[in-house]
Amino acid sequence: MEENIYRKDFPFFSDNKYIYLDNAATTQRPKVVLDAICDFYKKSNANPLRGLYDLGIEATNRYEQARERVAEFINASDSSEIVFTRNTSESINLVAYSYGLSNLKEGDEVVISVMEHHSNILPWQFVCNNTKAKLIYLEPDKNGVISRKEYESKIGKKTKIVSIGHVSNVLGVTNPVKEIASYAHKFGAVVVVDAAQSAPHKKIDVRDLDADFLAFSGHKLMAPMGIGVLYGKKSLLEHMPPFLRGGEMIEYVTRDSATFAEVPHKFEAGTVNAEGAVGLAKAIDYLESVGFDTIENIENELTAYLMDGIKDLKYINTYGSINPSEHSGIVTFTIEGVHPHDIASILNEDNICIRAGHHCAQPLMQFLKVGSTARASIYFYNTKKEIEKLIYSLANVRKVMGYGD
Amino acid sequence: MEIKQFYREIVNEHNLHPMHKGRMEGPDLVLRGVNPSCGDDIILQLKLNGEIIEDAMFIGTGCAISQASVDMMADQIIGKTKEKALEMAQVFMGMIKGNITDEAELEVLDEAAALQDVSHMPARVKCAVLGWHTMQEILNNPEKSEKLS
Repeated sequence: MEENIYRKDFPFFSDNKYIYLDNAATTQRPKVVLDAICDFYKKSNANPLRGLYDLGIEATNRYEQARERVAEFINASDSSEIVFTRNTSESINLVAYSYGLSNLKEGDEVVISVMEHHSNILPWQFVCNNTKAKLIYLEPDKNGVISRKEYESKIGKKTKIVSIGHVSNVLGVTNPVKEIASYAHKFGAVVVVDAAQSAPHKKIDVRDLDADFLAFSGHKLMAPMGIGVLYGKKSLLEHMPPFLRGGEMIEYVTRDSATFAEVPHKFEAGTVNAEGAVGLAKAIDYLESVGFDTIENIENELTAYLMDGIKDLKYINTYGSINPSEHSGIVTFTIEGVHPHDIASILNEDNICIRAGHHCAQPLMQFLKVGSTARASIYFYNTKKEIEKLIYSLANVRKVMGYGD
Repeated sequence: MEIKQFYREIVNEHNLHPMHKGRMEGPDLVLRGVNPSCGDDIILQLKLNGEIIEDAMFIGTGCAISQASVDMMADQIIGKTKEKALEMAQVFMGMIKGNITDEAELEVLDEAAALQDVSHMPARVKCAVLGWHTMQEILNNPEKSEKLS
């Protein structure tokens, strides 16, 4: 790979010194996305879904076109199955509070995995504590693979909800969500897919996965922060109570009661994040213009280059598969004798941005028997030169920390 | 000071060869201190003789800054009165938060004043103050003292 042809699309890279390798946390935005946000405010700004004047209708149209774009992106059958939220956490909370609280009872089971992000653990802990349902964990093997035997032994007649991350934000491993969904559906369970780490990297097809709910965040795929998506099968969304109550989610209100608007508006109380939705639609256009094949090729090549480069540094341990193409660009590692936060501080001095800590996945850290880890996460706009600099800095960390090698 | 230099000249010695790390026989006060963002996890143990801190030790794990800071703190508070140790903690917190920069005022911290550079590393403030914060907690609330398991 010579020059990365996509970097010029990102104002961020032309104007600063950083080597940005924390893409699993959030991505940079291309100019087309920044411009789309500006354009909405310059030309179409009014409160969507309310105004009866042309400008209001224009704002509504742009917001609703964004919904259609998202539906197309994940192959939903209908745009009414797309609920805009703030982020993945809010999407999963919506399912937990609305579907979970009203459908679970004592004796029921909710199945998640040990490698979930806290946003796919805490809502279920809350719902289980409130309904006396039981929270069951799927355990991966040491490489992070959840075996068929494992999920078939934990999912059964009592299972009402299975909520599973598509790609782990720590190990980068892709879970067999389609197979798990198919098995869970035999018992009538509802399947929630946390696609926060997969949607930026691979084609999502909700109908092929047969997900009942699927959640992702815009900002991890180059859209603005504060816009997220919940996909839900219409038959499920229609029977769920509202999550938040307030403006523009009603049909009719009296002093004592209200009837609610149709889906998805029932779940979008208050003024919506129209600029976020417009930015998300543009980010999806951009993402698809690059193409998932290209994205995966670049990421896999850079991941292989990084894993190969640190393989000979015997004090560095990496986690997850030994196959770079099974990492979704995520390389999590530790350096013997050096705390990950010290690694991050030292790399910071070389203007390299990586994540260090528990990555909001403490049960997985306990499973891996580490307090915390460091994580470099690659996106298609990174370059070989950046990875070279990372490897060079990592090779010097132990020396900085007072070790001889 | 650059961060790499800061590690080399100040942090590493205390992190790699702490003088006050270990399990104390018969401590009077014991308190666990945790920094959830870093995963720093220490147990501070103090031995008192009336108002005097006769010995201070810690066990646990964490990043180099947290470990070096608590080791330096132990070094500085041994032989001081509880009141003096609390006063030093106030100065240390003020220094790390960037509110106290006057050298004369920092003198009371002796070697621990070398951690002043952390005031330019906002992400690491909690690491540096963990030991001092834990000491404040236990001296102000001795009823919180735990059993050393």
